[in-house]
Amino acid sequence: MFLDSDLLLSALRALTPILLAALGGAICERAGVFNIGLEGMMLMGCFTAVATSWFTGSAWLGVLAAALAAGAYSLILAVGAVTLRGDAVVLGVAMNLLAVGLTGFLLRTVFGVQGTFDDPSLAGLPLVGGFTPLTYLSWAAVAVAAVLLSRHVWGLRLRGVGEAPDAAATLGVSPVKYKYGAILTSGVLCGLAGAQLALGNVTLFTENMTAGRGWIAVVAVMLGRAAPVGVLLAALLFGLAEAAGFRLQGLGLPQQATDAAPYVVTLGALFLTTARRRRRIRPSGAAS
Amino acid sequence: MNPARITGALRSPVTFSVLAGVVIGALFLVGTGADPITAYEAVLTGALGADGIGSTLTTTTSVLGMGLALAIPLRARLINLGGDGQMVLGGITAAVTGLYAPLPAPLTVVLALVAGMVAGAAYAALAALCENHLGVPLLVSSLLLSYPAVSLASYLARYPLKEPGSSLPQTRAIPDGVALPAFGDSTVTVGLVLVALAAAAYWFTDRRTAIGYEIRMTGLNARFSAYAGVERRGLTLKLMSVSGALAGLVGAIGVLSFPYRFVDGSLTAPGYTWTGLTAALLAMAAPVGTVISSFFFAVLQVGGLAMERTTEVPRELTQVLQAIVIVFLAARLRFPGRRLNRRKEAV
Repeated sequence: MFLDSDLLLSALRALTPILLAALGGAICERAGVFNIGLEGMMLMGCFTAVATSWFTGSAWLGVLAAALAAGAYSLILAVGAVTLRGDAVVLGVAMNLLAVGLTGFLLRTVFGVQGTFDDPSLAGLPLVGGFTPLTYLSWAAVAVAAVLLSRHVWGLRLRGVGEAPDAAATLGVSPVKYKYGAILTSGVLCGLAGAQLALGNVTLFTENMTAGRGWIAVVAVMLGRAAPVGVLLAALLFGLAEAAGFRLQGLGLPQQATDAAPYVVTLGALFLTTARRRRRIRPSGAAS
Repeated sequence: MNPARITGALRSPVTFSVLAGVVIGALFLVGTGADPITAYEAVLTGALGADGIGSTLTTTTSVLGMGLALAIPLRARLINLGGDGQMVLGGITAAVTGLYAPLPAPLTVVLALVAGMVAGAAYAALAALCENHLGVPLLVSSLLLSYPAVSLASYLARYPLKEPGSSLPQTRAIPDGVALPAFGDSTVTVGLVLVALAAAAYWFTDRRTAIGYEIRMTGLNARFSAYAGVERRGLTLKLMSVSGALAGLVGAIGVLSFPYRFVDGSLTAPGYTWTGLTAALLAMAAPVGTVISSFFFAVLQVGGLAMERTTEVPRELTQVLQAIVIVFLAARLRFPGRRLNRRKEAV
């Protein structure tokens, strides 16, 4: 049978990194920061996770280091877009480029290899019930983010900062602090996403291994209207497309068709949902 | 140029960003134990010396082509992130035309160039239609459309169009004579002239025509220009079509010069799209600036290889340097002292 529990399991595995990154993106979106640097932050997380796990022998230290490194990396966006009022879109594009260059450079200077670093003794994350602990953490994060955003005073203030920064500032809520918080949170979540990708889904580092997942996360934020549960459903759609793609490859379809599947499905889903509510979405991809 | 303009240019964010990139790059070089002066010297001599200049000009052809392709929509503050897909479709279309068109060789070359441009333009127009009529932001629609296009071209080069007996994912070589004429025995072809003409046309349109004014006005203030009667959707469609046509042209030029065939990955691997985007951003999409910054990045890209040979520092450093320049530029950092200057003027 085509739709079985195996497919669902592999869909859930493909889902985790995208979900973590997309949650970060959703939090930024709510705080009024258009974060398209998710891909780059995730890639920094991948490299840091693999390098730390390799040198310390502990996958958990790898996860911790990935979260810290990607959090630190996200400061570029925070300082650039919030403090210096630069263009968030251009900063995001530049951060993605910088991450590709930096990880490629470090791969060659630290490990002395080009392309892929892969070693049997590289410690990966343990599996608990078929998933890594980070997968369970990602589900918990959805619940926590949903409650915080809708019920907690932090969430209300964060949304206030995103929707009406001047009004929030008048009420004594510092937009700068909340925006920094949102961007740093997204950085940490992207770091975890990268760790899951490089120490969970596989146990290796390849140049540009995020391969557009950060962009899919950006789309998941739009599809899910920046609500944690909506983002979960949107990311699940992508996970299913990726898992179904792998399955079809087993049935003899060329790899290129399955590579393209997630993007086509995502685009199709965007068409279907935005056609109905297109007036509510930002009218252009250009920076404001 | 009067002195005020010169000091202004020196203090501009562009100068600051480039210098910051060079300084941080030097720190990286010191960190890896290399001598920055030797390394940068290797970049320059490697890219501009007798052995490297041909390679630099060939790279300039692609980088400038993509730089223009991305600068033209950027002038109206539209970002086309689908350059890879448009370029690759242009390349594979040109390869198919070159292989199968039953025309004399010179006509086939022209037809292949035109077909490549049309393919790129049509695909980019699709992204514009997604924004105009389906409400998917251009940034996202152009990027998402790019992946399936790259996959499709890769599939075509690996299966239906694959050169029989070859172990490489490439099409058959296009027939003898179906190629852009090269200058002497270098790898520099007429493609460079075509891209230079495109740059000149962009400069003329930007400076001297009504549509160029509309584009710049939209870039400066989209709401004002809409109020003044600029039809936004039509403009998006036009700009994306031109952008895609140029990206397709770069792909077609890549196929119609050495190695005279479509090789999977050979167009996307050097990262012309991203280098072109960086160049366009650095120049803030201005025509002359895009030409200068494209050449600058082509020098870095080719010189990076020479630097790797002499100092054993990975050439990825040049990519880091490029990105750092744009990070600083986007953060709008500039040299301090502007305020002081203004106060003096006030007195």
